[in-house]
Amino acid sequence: MEHLIYLDNAATTKCAPEAVQAMLPYFSEHYGNPSSIYRLGSEGKKAVSGARSTIAKSLNADLAEIYFTAGGSESDNWALVAAAEAYESKGKHIITSAIEHHAVLHTCDYLKKRGFQITYIDVDENGIIKLDELKKAIRPDTILISVMFANNEIGTIQPIAEIGAIAREHGILFHTDAVQAYGHLPIDVEELHIDMLSASAHKIHGPKGIGFLYIRKGVKIRSFIHGGAQERGRRAGTENVPGAVGFEAAVKKAFDGLEERADKERELRDYLIERLEKEVPYCRLNGDRTKRLPGNVNFNFQFIEGESLLIMLDMKQICASSGSACTSGSLDPSHVLLAIGLPHEIAHGSLRLTLSEENTIEELDYVVESVKEIVEKLRQMSPLYEDFVKRNQK
Amino acid sequence: MYSEKVMDHFSNPRNMGEIENPSGVGTVGNAKCGDIMRMYLDIDENHIIRDCKFKTFGCGAAVATSSMATELVKGKTIEEALLVTNKAVMEALDGLPPVKVHCSLLAEEAIHAALWDYAEKNGITIEGLQKPKSDIHEGEEEEEY
Repeated sequence: MEHLIYLDNAATTKCAPEAVQAMLPYFSEHYGNPSSIYRLGSEGKKAVSGARSTIAKSLNADLAEIYFTAGGSESDNWALVAAAEAYESKGKHIITSAIEHHAVLHTCDYLKKRGFQITYIDVDENGIIKLDELKKAIRPDTILISVMFANNEIGTIQPIAEIGAIAREHGILFHTDAVQAYGHLPIDVEELHIDMLSASAHKIHGPKGIGFLYIRKGVKIRSFIHGGAQERGRRAGTENVPGAVGFEAAVKKAFDGLEERADKERELRDYLIERLEKEVPYCRLNGDRTKRLPGNVNFNFQFIEGESLLIMLDMKQICASSGSACTSGSLDPSHVLLAIGLPHEIAHGSLRLTLSEENTIEELDYVVESVKEIVEKLRQMSPLYEDFVKRNQK
Repeated sequence: MYSEKVMDHFSNPRNMGEIENPSGVGTVGNAKCGDIMRMYLDIDENHIIRDCKFKTFGCGAAVATSSMATELVKGKTIEEALLVTNKAVMEALDGLPPVKVHCSLLAEEAIHAALWDYAEKNGITIEGLQKPKSDIHEGEEEEEY
């Protein structure tokens, strides 16, 4: 193929032209500081407030419950650390899942070092949290449950309504990292009993460097970034006005026709899954087949290693990602793939392809042919495959 | 992140494959950590490495270092082959990113493992050759974030 095929939309997305256009005047025209008294500043103030309102509506939340941050990781850090500090007197126990993003897991490690106890709930072979284990893990001193809305690697959508109900019933705060789900799935914070929710603009064709944390009214967590009185005194720092405007444009685009777009992505997703399953031997789909993000495809291919696969795909103009150790900078493959029960050597051979509505069947056909060719080539190189073939000949 | 040489050896690996009835064969690494290398040696009666082939399960750097290692030992005596260090492999590839240095260690270890097998099969000792570790990550400390 002549053009680049972008299949890494869970990593980041292309900023939508609508978002770019909306942002432009806020760099050099309406550049005033929203906190200023003069009119130049009030343009920015209005814009940020408009963005906040659009986002609040998208979640069935109130304007005053949306706090802009620098992105998903900051939102997760803030939600966990500040909630832990605020509710410390009630207890020091936090429940999360084994497959959270590192923004949550590493924040939990940080809290652990500060005397908090963390329970990691296991997931089943499709990556769905075990609700009975969650219920059993609740203690009188449990102050927070944090479970992601949908997983970034294998796309599994968690039973958020059930978790919300359990948390509500026990009077425990419920935070969800919705970075992968927001703008892709409908979310109603009231219906789902969500107390805090993290999201990010660049995962939904908005700009990088802005996200938000939804904090339900009455949840008494303190500020995380100290300084000025921005974001109702809870998150200091001059507002990222262009970012908020771009985020708003992306949100409008994402929620306008969300169902139709999700249907189209699901169709592409299932086409890709079906062809890969049928045509590549010794492979397995990771994650749940139906409770799955519309754009997520995740496979493991036995006997090969993910980074090699990615470099060869890149040579064919295909952008993808993997849960292999080599792509994580450590010796261990993805904690998510290990949590769903994959042995290490198989987890190293994973491939994640995350679609957007812009992808076409022609592109996916080319991707399938490329994956087939590369997997075959890498298996010819693999001593594990050689051993496997020899074992089978005996 | 990789040099042009690494990319070249990764996309066009030299001496990839098997040798039937090899004089020595060595497999090192650990599937758990994501890399396994196997080296085959064909050594003549004058202790010269006539042919060398490899198979590797691993990342781009693992494939490239195996490929380069085979080029460096081919045509050499077993004593000379022992002097092919991970440093030599890395230099020949115009360097590796720091997180990939262990791949070059694995390549050195794979050659040693194949030579060890050859020595054992023929009941000889090769001066300076120590019993190879099967896993180069042995004894490495867990990284802390």
